[in-house]
Amino acid sequence: MNTRSRRIAFDRFFERWLPQIVVSPMFAASLVFVYGFIAWTIYISFTKSGVMPNYTLVGFGQYERLWTTPRWFVALGNLFIFTSLFIVCCMVIGLFLAILLDQRIRAEGMIRTIYLYPMALSFIVTGTAWKWILNPTLGIEKIIQGWGFPDFNFDWLVDPKMAIYTVVIAGVWQSSGYVMALFLAGLRSVDDEIIKAAAIDGAGPFRTYWSIILPIVRPVFFSAFVVLSHLAIKSFDLVMALTGGGPGYATDMPATFMYSFAFQRSELGTAAASAVMMLVTVTAIFIPYLYSELRRPAK
Amino acid sequence: MSRTAISGIVRPRGLKNTLLRLLLFAILGLFCLYYLMPLFVMISTSLKSLEEIHTSSLISLPKEVTFAAWQKAWSAACVGVRCTGLQPYFMNSILMVVPAVAISTLLGALNGYALTKWKFPGADIIFALMLFGSFIPFQVVLLPMARMLGYFGLAGSVYGLILVHTVYGLSFTTLFFRNFFVGVSDGIVHAAKIDGAGFFRIFFTLLLPMSLPTIVVAVIWQFTQIWNDFLFGVAFTVGDSNPVTVALNNIVASSTGVKEYNVDMAAAIIAALPTLLVYIVAGKYFVRGLAAGAVKG
Repeated sequence: MNTRSRRIAFDRFFERWLPQIVVSPMFAASLVFVYGFIAWTIYISFTKSGVMPNYTLVGFGQYERLWTTPRWFVALGNLFIFTSLFIVCCMVIGLFLAILLDQRIRAEGMIRTIYLYPMALSFIVTGTAWKWILNPTLGIEKIIQGWGFPDFNFDWLVDPKMAIYTVVIAGVWQSSGYVMALFLAGLRSVDDEIIKAAAIDGAGPFRTYWSIILPIVRPVFFSAFVVLSHLAIKSFDLVMALTGGGPGYATDMPATFMYSFAFQRSELGTAAASAVMMLVTVTAIFIPYLYSELRRPAK
Repeated sequence: MSRTAISGIVRPRGLKNTLLRLLLFAILGLFCLYYLMPLFVMISTSLKSLEEIHTSSLISLPKEVTFAAWQKAWSAACVGVRCTGLQPYFMNSILMVVPAVAISTLLGALNGYALTKWKFPGADIIFALMLFGSFIPFQVVLLPMARMLGYFGLAGSVYGLILVHTVYGLSFTTLFFRNFFVGVSDGIVHAAKIDGAGFFRIFFTLLLPMSLPTIVVAVIWQFTQIWNDFLFGVAFTVGDSNPVTVALNNIVASSTGVKEYNVDMAAAIIAALPTLLVYIVAGKYFVRGLAAGAVKG
């Protein structure tokens, strides 16, 4: 009798707490693998860890080292060039294509499928393909030479000054279709009544888009910006496949810098410090975004 | 959605508008060529002999179609010192992707369900904290993860990668399912509770079947992300446990011997085929995942 009532009490207790019991292992995993690991990396960035972790704190030494390493500045310069060009080109192409596709086009579905398929590819595949297309002797250079410009020279891929732009070319090819899809969804959600009213008021197509529709889809610009800058800051695969960070370290980015210092040069402290810098940058972009997303009513 | 009443902005008929529409199609067509060109170059190069590659143009069709490069890429090309082709690495990727996708999708569904339909104090905070995990740059967890995998003897194995992809995919699948279950009426769950159904029964017989479209979105998203991953693969595996993306990169980056561009291209297409097939078959769900998972880590 006693065991039975205890058993029922236990069942009730179990049933009452079941949701928490189900969620807690996953929550615990995220506490360890996300927050615990971030804490570990931050801690290591304040130690003088080299090949092996060393748990003695030394203050900002690794950050001082990082910010006096020429290679880190190359990585930051590249990040700046890549991010700004990548975002601007993707936005311009994406918005342009979205507006064209918004004109009730025949075969729109097929065209959209073609524009978007690069997003299904791995950056390694994209990098491999563009590495071949941009090949300094057999690629585009040879085509143009064959068209009657024998002096045409196109060797950006192996030119330390220009190589970073090849990463932009491949990156824009892969991601601009995605931005198109984001904008198209935004344009489609604009109320028809507004567009009709504009037409009745005699606004031409250009004016209608510029001063009526685009201001309405402003949130799309914001989310496209967040998505693209996020992609840019973490870009690692594409650089590795296309240039391997080279020539030399001319196309290094923070992500490849971190990987190289962590796994090839075994300078854990400096690698950790660069990873923390990346986290800070992403968080600075992401927190306002998360805030605005969470304030929006649930979808 | 119902834009049938008015047809876009370029509307009235007339010669000027016909020309405008022609221009519109010409531009759209040019961009189609732009996006398709690399795929065309890859396929055509992979079907040429090395000799023809050196004599012909990048954008010409192969004069003589040969599948030798495909055969070599699949079963003979050298990845580092091992000349086995992509085959074993392709298998590694399959062994990695199937359990990682299944586990992370199921757990994400359970999680999203518990956090919305059995809302307890703090559920929203837990969700927000877990969501953050999908936005971090993974560089910040690489070092501790490598140490932990080493500590548990999982370093350099496919099992380690399954664990990593499951853990970091979970925040994403949770997001997908939470957004779906939030829109499902609580009344259904209440009615089932009154009928005496418990937590798991309601989940498996009622809500999980309802969420089929979300399951498809989550599975496709996870599959694409995990198959295409390079960072975790290159950081946590060595040699024969590499996933296909890492093996592909090793084939292409190898600097010994004659550069076989046709083999590189065939290998790249082989590595891309699974996700391309998924995209062609289920593009609608792929796009939905992209929209929801915009800011993936």
